[in-house]
Amino acid sequence: MPTIVVEVMPKAELLDPQGKAVGGALARLGQSKFTNVRLGKRFELTVEGPVDAAVLAEVAKLADEILSNSVIEDVVGIHVVLEADDASQAPA
Amino acid sequence: MRIGVVTFPGSLDDRDAQRAVRLAGASAVALWHGTHDLEGVDAIVLPGGFSYGDYLRCGAIASHSPIMAEIIEAAERGVPVLGICNGFQMLTEAHLLPGGLIRNDHGNFICRDQGLRVENNSTAWTNGFAANAEITIPLKNGEGGFIASAETIAELEGEGRVVVRYLGMNPNGSINDIAGISNQRGNVVGLMPHPEHAVEEGFGPDTASAMRSGTDGLTFFTSALIGFLATV
Repeated sequence: MPTIVVEVMPKAELLDPQGKAVGGALARLGQSKFTNVRLGKRFELTVEGPVDAAVLAEVAKLADEILSNSVIEDVVGIHVVLEADDASQAPA
Repeated sequence: MRIGVVTFPGSLDDRDAQRAVRLAGASAVALWHGTHDLEGVDAIVLPGGFSYGDYLRCGAIASHSPIMAEIIEAAERGVPVLGICNGFQMLTEAHLLPGGLIRNDHGNFICRDQGLRVENNSTAWTNGFAANAEITIPLKNGEGGFIASAETIAELEGEGRVVVRYLGMNPNGSINDIAGISNQRGNVVGLMPHPEHAVEEGFGPDTASAMRSGTDGLTFFTSALIGFLATV
């Protein structure tokens, strides 16, 4: 079955204390080449049946209204992942 | 007066809020998130805790609970609604209050007796305070940083809708030291600190006169009573 992936990140202009904490841990492990770490969320919505434009529109709406809060977060990506045996079901 | 306190899966301070309501002289009515029944209460408290384990975002899943449809409708009718901590987060997620709450800027959970200035004493929940009263009530949260767009902040400040502001220190990175805000009408108030934990001598914050004798939080609940009695 196809899976729709929704990616949500804290707004770029906001401080991301979780990313900062992970960045601090990397630095303590000697990984000093990473100047910034930001931490977001990835949702995987498995769908029964083909993913058409209507389903994608529905997911886009859910992503804006429930999966993210536009005051503090941005939806940075919505894409469809097909399993090998679903390859024939290309998204619309 | 009957004040409803809603319990969600993961609420922690619902019974403390009920107790505060009783100490203020009103009847506490336990409400359940999964119903559509406000049981005819005259005011509503959304208590603190970690509803749904703070999954998705703090207060986000609770803000879609069945009873929230009735609470939104009641708030729009002018029924007083107080959101404390996780309840404040629910009010922002339900769009009854603007802005949002994010993880404390220092990354740590904080638990302390917090000084506040009551900057709006005309809301349904603060009308019993003197103008610019300085109070101390407990603050305990991991995600209490209040943020909003520059326009929203200007609107809140310009309309006097910053109800309480942190005094002495900013404990979490909130913009303009904002600890609590109200809607335009003043019936919906949300704040991160916990007035229900400062309502009875012996169990509140320390004061200059005695240990744990602080009861500054009680006035939030008696304010609702004052407003109610003025209407009957």
